[in-house]
Amino acid sequence: MSPAVRPSARALVVCLLVAVGVTVPARATGLVADLSSHLVAITSGFAGADVLLFGAVDGPGDVVVVVRGPERDQPVLRKSNVAGIWMNTARMTFERVPSFYYVAATRPLEEIAGEPVLRANQFGVERLPIAAPAARAGGRAAEEWRAALIRNKRREGLYVGEPRHVTLLGQRLFRASVHLPANVPTGLYRAETYLLRDGQIVSAQTTPLSISKLGLEADLYAFAHERPAAYGVIAVLAALVAGWLAHLAFRRS
Amino acid sequence: MQIYLPIAELSVDVFLLLGLGAGIGFLSGMFGVGGGFLMTPLLIFIGIPPAIAVATQANNVIASSVSGCFSHWSRGNVDFKMGGILLAGGFAGSTIGVALFALLRDLGQIDLVINLSYVVLLGTVGVLMLLEGTRALLRRRRKVGPGKLHAHTWLHGLPLKTRFRRSRLYISALLPFAIGFGVGVLSAIMGVGGAFILVPLMIYLLGMPTAMVVGTSLFQIIFVSANVTFLQATQNQTVDVVLALLLIVGGVVGAQFGGRVGAKLPGDTLRLLLGVLILGVALRLSLELVVRPEDLYSLGIPG
Repeated sequence: MSPAVRPSARALVVCLLVAVGVTVPARATGLVADLSSHLVAITSGFAGADVLLFGAVDGPGDVVVVVRGPERDQPVLRKSNVAGIWMNTARMTFERVPSFYYVAATRPLEEIAGEPVLRANQFGVERLPIAAPAARAGGRAAEEWRAALIRNKRREGLYVGEPRHVTLLGQRLFRASVHLPANVPTGLYRAETYLLRDGQIVSAQTTPLSISKLGLEADLYAFAHERPAAYGVIAVLAALVAGWLAHLAFRRS
Repeated sequence: MQIYLPIAELSVDVFLLLGLGAGIGFLSGMFGVGGGFLMTPLLIFIGIPPAIAVATQANNVIASSVSGCFSHWSRGNVDFKMGGILLAGGFAGSTIGVALFALLRDLGQIDLVINLSYVVLLGTVGVLMLLEGTRALLRRRRKVGPGKLHAHTWLHGLPLKTRFRRSRLYISALLPFAIGFGVGVLSAIMGVGGAFILVPLMIYLLGMPTAMVVGTSLFQIIFVSANVTFLQATQNQTVDVVLALLLIVGGVVGAQFGGRVGAKLPGDTLRLLLGVLILGVALRLSLELVVRPEDLYSLGIPG
């Protein structure tokens, strides 16, 4: 190799590194991931959406994907039979509960890592740090409330755990399809991708995902909540006009 | 084709909603009732949260009452003085009703109260209509004349006696005020115009001429449901205009056809059919109250 060539080769390498550096966060060595879309718009035709999470790893290992929705205080109600009628008689509010949670991996989570690692990183719906307020319930009752919250969230399709749902292509490329149901809460979501080897996390990357109402739907919702009086007046006027138009149509026929 | 309802925050098939509006519109045209008492439970059955179903239905009721009231007004069948007093009661009742609604919603009991009110009211009205319908059918066969129209009871001894020229009545103003108040509360909690309770009360309790009753009740219902819609929108943010608009469009079309079919059927048969229908809805709703739910736990509205 002639010394004249070296500087240009080095420049090329630097250029490549810079180009790569733009898309790869510095700490995520060995793992690159992205979403097919960073914004899911809820418009009038919205009936749920699928977001593709894809990326590459630098060698064999297991990939775990977690998608979390914004945290909210979630009340849970329990019915019991009062004089032959089933009614809500007890209520428990769980604080800062993820409104949406999705986890998928290349293999069942228990085969990928030990319980302490899984728990520390909140891998798996059952390992979410959801707890009933200690002052309100303890022991088995607390566990029952917690299980009920998770069961109801699962039923609504808002807590999803899908082992083997991350597919690896040739040990390097991976993809996972995240389904967001029609009732998905709006807000700022976080898509986390982890690379694990020998039961330990070796690399991780976080990608933001925004789910928001757009267009007429967003405007109507904002209008109804920010200027409720004006919204109410318009709703009444619209119905009055509709009724009047109907009357005109009736009279003619 | 799915459409996303911005306030209910879920997506529903457009044609299901239009069809529902048309179906209920058909029945309301045929039986001459608003149909709110059928629409609200059906909206709940298809998965609309009860609080939103009730508030949105109040919005829908405005439209159907306006078109009905106009045609009665053009025939001079609206007693504005009576309507005004009913309305005053209705305003007070519905305002208290919406506040009660918000309170029950916070307590997590609104679904139960909506359900219970429907079962009790529809059950009672349905049974009464069936009895009345069968009696009328029997009477027609036996050719027995109807009973006395104006029975004098303690109700006629109440103070604030007022003359209602159009209805040819001289009764206490407290009576229509109280009726308006009661129906106003129900209207706020159940999302109905309340004609199915208002009309029998006006005929049997006030003794108003039947011709005046429908137009006058519609006149009152327009303003009470407008009040309910406005208050639900400001206090609970539960009025979904997209949902309301779809139901109105379906309802207008359905009512056209329903009216034509209704005109061909005899009144007694109509009342019997309506009674059966009302009882059916009441039974379906009561099942939800007494059958053990699949999951005793449910999620509240996140804060």
